[in-house]
Amino acid sequence: MQENELIPHLFRTEYRKIVSVLCKKFGIQYMETAEDLVSETFLLAAETWGLKGLPKNPTAWLYIVSKNKAKDLLKHHAVFSQKVAPELKLNSSTEETEIDWSSKNINDSQLQMMFAICNSCITTEAQIGLSLNILCGFGAEEIADAFLDNKETIYKRLARAKEKLRAENVKIELPPPAEIDQRLETVLTTLYLLFSEGYYSSSQNITLRKDLCVEAMRLTLMLADNEQTSTPSANALLSLMCFHASRFDARTNSNGDLILYEEQEEALWNQELIQKGQYYLNRSSSGNKLSKYHLEAAIAYWHTHKADTHEKWENILQLYNRLLLLEYSPMAALNRTYALAKANGKEQAIAEAEKLDLSGSHFYYSLLADLYTGINNDKALEHLKAALSLARTSTDKKTIERTISRLSEKKG
Amino acid sequence: MKEFLLIFRNASGQQSQMSPEQLQAMMKPWQDWMGGIAAQNKLVSPGNRLEADGRVVKPDNVVTNGPYVEIKEAVGGYIIIRAASLDEAAAISKGCPILTVGGTVEVRALVPMD
Repeated sequence: MQENELIPHLFRTEYRKIVSVLCKKFGIQYMETAEDLVSETFLLAAETWGLKGLPKNPTAWLYIVSKNKAKDLLKHHAVFSQKVAPELKLNSSTEETEIDWSSKNINDSQLQMMFAICNSCITTEAQIGLSLNILCGFGAEEIADAFLDNKETIYKRLARAKEKLRAENVKIELPPPAEIDQRLETVLTTLYLLFSEGYYSSSQNITLRKDLCVEAMRLTLMLADNEQTSTPSANALLSLMCFHASRFDARTNSNGDLILYEEQEEALWNQELIQKGQYYLNRSSSGNKLSKYHLEAAIAYWHTHKADTHEKWENILQLYNRLLLLEYSPMAALNRTYALAKANGKEQAIAEAEKLDLSGSHFYYSLLADLYTGINNDKALEHLKAALSLARTSTDKKTIERTISRLSEKKG
Repeated sequence: MKEFLLIFRNASGQQSQMSPEQLQAMMKPWQDWMGGIAAQNKLVSPGNRLEADGRVVKPDNVVTNGPYVEIKEAVGGYIIIRAASLDEAAAISKGCPILTVGGTVEVRALVPMD
């Protein structure tokens, strides 16, 4: 790896580890102190490595320097040492501050940090933002890019969330076994939304969007790899992510335009991720709780079969029926109606689509247009125009415009 | 929006004689119908199916077995939906698969608890 790529790379992989380990050691009150300290460490690395050359083990260098910085802080801040040292069961500020850099502690600290951040005392947006910030090493600017929000808003949101976690004195630890399932639900929701943000977001920055998905998968994998947190739901969520991610390269062209599922090149689907998805889907099929992640993973599994068989669409329809019984969402309602058309025919699907009260969404009109295509192309065109007037992002508009011109050609 | 209880009545005792394939074929219209209500965000509770066997408890320690002498058709299940009016709830009920096998749907508005 080139030297100028090394520091950004290490920042991505090590920042979260060092911050998590330090926070675990000193408590969540010092989250911002820990972040500052790690940022300073990286700044120092950028300065000295350029002048003196790379250390033999850059990662160990970062650990040692950040540890020394933490020690200095302990020494120099009288308040810190008097108030915190007793809590840490340190006899005096001169005692050697040992920090455990074993891979087990690094891993455990990050897992525990995940539970600390995904705490229902802060809003879901704040949980996602903080996860990106602390657990993925994203700066406020990158987070703002991903959310199409301005940097100041994100900055304030993060600061408020950290303040709240501190005020609530949230512990950095795994919940007791009896509470794991319930607390894990909040964590899984955050990771699910983080992944969706990357997969469906309207941001044009494809690299950034892919990064969000990869980070969400990495964090979910940590849950699936840990005995205490590897619940059926966590495995189902990871399976779902693998299936979706397998189409990442097939669903956009080189201009960043969205390629619809029917038009995707199957050869571009990532087989390795599809197999991983199947692996985690199998692992998720224990216990007696069927989560929405199970249903969505099973739907995604059927989508890895390109061929339009009756079996495929009947299964997808029934999975959507069950998903909707569990939890209503407009997207599930629209997708269910599409599956209904494939399984039971367009006529029934049109009748049911007309009953959906979703006239504010361009997806709704795109669905109606699709159902009417071949039955009443004038109506289909009308719906496409309605969809176009509601679409907000240029990607969506382009996709709809392409469909309009194709349908117009057919008519002409 | 008000909530309505839909009560399904049918001559009891049919289901037990069905093969798994027949049962599956019978379930699909129900799953599709309820999925359609849920897709409109109008399903409050998927309710339950009821076993055919039952007891009727009357005053003075009188307990009788089902099937029931007072009503020709036994209650086979129920769901709760959301609708703007009794008429809309009845319109939704017109799609209920029980109607295709000679059953009926009784539609009743729930009285909200104070």
